[in-house]
Amino acid sequence: MTRLVAYTTMLALSLGATAACSGSHGGDAGGAGALTAKGPIKVWLSNNPEELAWGKAMVAAWNGAHAGEEVTAQEIPAGKSSEEVIGAAITAGNSPCLIFNTSPAAVPQFQKQGGLVALDSFAGGADYVAARSGKTANQYKSPDGKYYQMPWKSNPVMIFYNKDMFKQAGLDAANPPLKTYAEFEATSQKLVSSGVAKAAIWPAPTSEFFQSWFDFYPLYAAESGGKQIVANGKSTFNSPEGLAVLNFWRDMYAKNLAPNEKYPADSFGDKKAAMAVVGPWAIAVYGGKVNWGVVPVPTSKGMSPDQIHTFSDAKNIGLYSACKNQGTAFEVLKFATSKDQDGALLEKTGQMPLRTDVATTYPTYFTKHPEYKIFADQAARTVEVPNVAGSIAIWQAFRDQYSSSVIFGKAPVDTALKTAADSIDKLAAQG
Amino acid sequence: MTATTAGERRTEPPPTRRRTSWWTTLLGRQPLGIALSAPYAVFLLAVFAYPLGLAVWISFHDYFFAAPGADVARPFVGFDNYTAVLSDPAVRRSFLNVAEFLVINVPLTVILAMVLATALNAAARGRTFLRVAYYVPYVSASVAVVAVWLFLFNSDGMVNHLLGPLAPNPSWLVNSTWAMPVIAIFVTWKQLGFFILLYLAALQNVSKELYEAASVDGASTWRQFRDVTVPGVRPATTLVVILSTVTGANLFTEPYLLTNGGGPDGASASPVLVMYQRGIEQGNPDLASAIGVILVIGVLVISLINRQLLERD
Repeated sequence: MTRLVAYTTMLALSLGATAACSGSHGGDAGGAGALTAKGPIKVWLSNNPEELAWGKAMVAAWNGAHAGEEVTAQEIPAGKSSEEVIGAAITAGNSPCLIFNTSPAAVPQFQKQGGLVALDSFAGGADYVAARSGKTANQYKSPDGKYYQMPWKSNPVMIFYNKDMFKQAGLDAANPPLKTYAEFEATSQKLVSSGVAKAAIWPAPTSEFFQSWFDFYPLYAAESGGKQIVANGKSTFNSPEGLAVLNFWRDMYAKNLAPNEKYPADSFGDKKAAMAVVGPWAIAVYGGKVNWGVVPVPTSKGMSPDQIHTFSDAKNIGLYSACKNQGTAFEVLKFATSKDQDGALLEKTGQMPLRTDVATTYPTYFTKHPEYKIFADQAARTVEVPNVAGSIAIWQAFRDQYSSSVIFGKAPVDTALKTAADSIDKLAAQG
Repeated sequence: MTATTAGERRTEPPPTRRRTSWWTTLLGRQPLGIALSAPYAVFLLAVFAYPLGLAVWISFHDYFFAAPGADVARPFVGFDNYTAVLSDPAVRRSFLNVAEFLVINVPLTVILAMVLATALNAAARGRTFLRVAYYVPYVSASVAVVAVWLFLFNSDGMVNHLLGPLAPNPSWLVNSTWAMPVIAIFVTWKQLGFFILLYLAALQNVSKELYEAASVDGASTWRQFRDVTVPGVRPATTLVVILSTVTGANLFTEPYLLTNGGGPDGASASPVLVMYQRGIEQGNPDLASAIGVILVIGVLVISLINRQLLERD
């Protein structure tokens, strides 16, 4: 009895303390007047070595010319994912002013948390975004019509292939037959049956919400002529185009051309897979290791390459509400996305700045590095994840059905597509 | 009134209750004890009681994490979050998965830890080496150990090479039948060292005379183990069962790393993994808290049942 009283008292005390504390919040995040305030700021950079090098050089260039408005840069703190770390920083009120690695999929959540500042709040902010990125920028507008992210750089995903493996399998390595789904499957079968590769292609067959960006989504963007999976509050993929893409991947898994077990390292780099779905970052990674070629993602009827869309795999810049000197932060953001700094980013990382006509803006770079030209062309036709509330839940709902039907063949593809569409329609309606 | 005269025997006054001061009532007769235990009590309140209370509070509200100073509404929603998670097939499946895990992990842990501890207790040579060998997996980082198991259990791994045509297809970690049992065996192996230590400590309290008496009565080694060792370490068994149930119910790292997010197709997703997905990844801490509260209640019920069954004479 005494013990029962003690437990009850403890629970009551803890609930009381919780109720007393749960309603309280700290002070105003950025504070009034923060939009125009100038002074030192902190920024976080991706931990990718090439981006880090660019970021440090950019910060040094800024600091050299702006005494009193120094920028301190550091890598995003380690965590299970950048988004998790940023979300925690927003809640704690200690996020930096700018994060040069903000995933567009996480923006709706950060916005809901009150963690982001709309760039429209700054004089000329929206015009700056639109002028730099053109109509591509529209994909990054939030449902309220404002920009809570600066479209920064994309990694349009394409099909990388190993030319040596193709030659060994008796395939044309210069013009590989990979345009239509039928060609892609036939080529894959040759690669595997000849023993040249364990897998024709090896996308991660795992359950994380973002994995569909590298198997389903690029092909759906291409097949549908550039549709996002959600438009106007409704899913778009329960359609002949969506079904065609799912059936294509289902065939690849069913015929063991794509394994349903995750490769513990880099299957393309280790030459276990003859193809991979990657962005231009792969050139720097595989350049010396693999004799590679690159083609657009396949479509059912073999669309002309200049019509093919793909997933952008973009990373953007967020300006966070905990920032006290938002005036300086906005100026640094413009500086970091200026023509010169975009050129430096391209030079150091090979990633495509999200600005209009990358290829013609930096002709010298593409003359010197012709292998990047195809990615620059593709960058003009990219599709972003939809900027809707519950974005990550939407992607997880899709992935769950995709795993079940396409990867593990437990449910009919059309049923899974309908189930995913119904779930996503509900999530999109909840907002 | 009673008059007393000299020579009369004096009667003792009736005993009166000792008056206790209010601070003795409040702080007890040893206030120093409270002072000494206060830091831990504060720690418990801050690290366990407050978060638990907050989780219960969150689970009854439409709650999400927000920046300090952000103007957000968090209305009371009654049992809506509980209804939502209980009608979510992924959540229901995760509870079934963890039940499967516990059914394999807890008995296996108890049996192996007890048998190995008894063997170690009797071993004359190599005892220290064996104790360390069993304990090393427990203190090793899960990430490193998981990598080894990934290589052991993938389709080209050593286990499948040894099994040859008997290897399951699809392989262990992508097989919905085998993924959870492999995780249960992995966790059993990893934590065994700790539970062996508990049993070893308990075995030191089992009287040698009992074994001698059993031996004189002609009891075999098996009978001695069954009738002396097992009852002798019963308090340790209660502890091992409750601890392994609690740690097992909190399963996260293994499905996150070994089966890459609860795969294949959710077959190894645990409630804590789903809590992580809903609460952290998808920004719905209200749903995650409801799952957490259900899990806490479930673990409490199981632990109480275990205790009742195991401590019964």
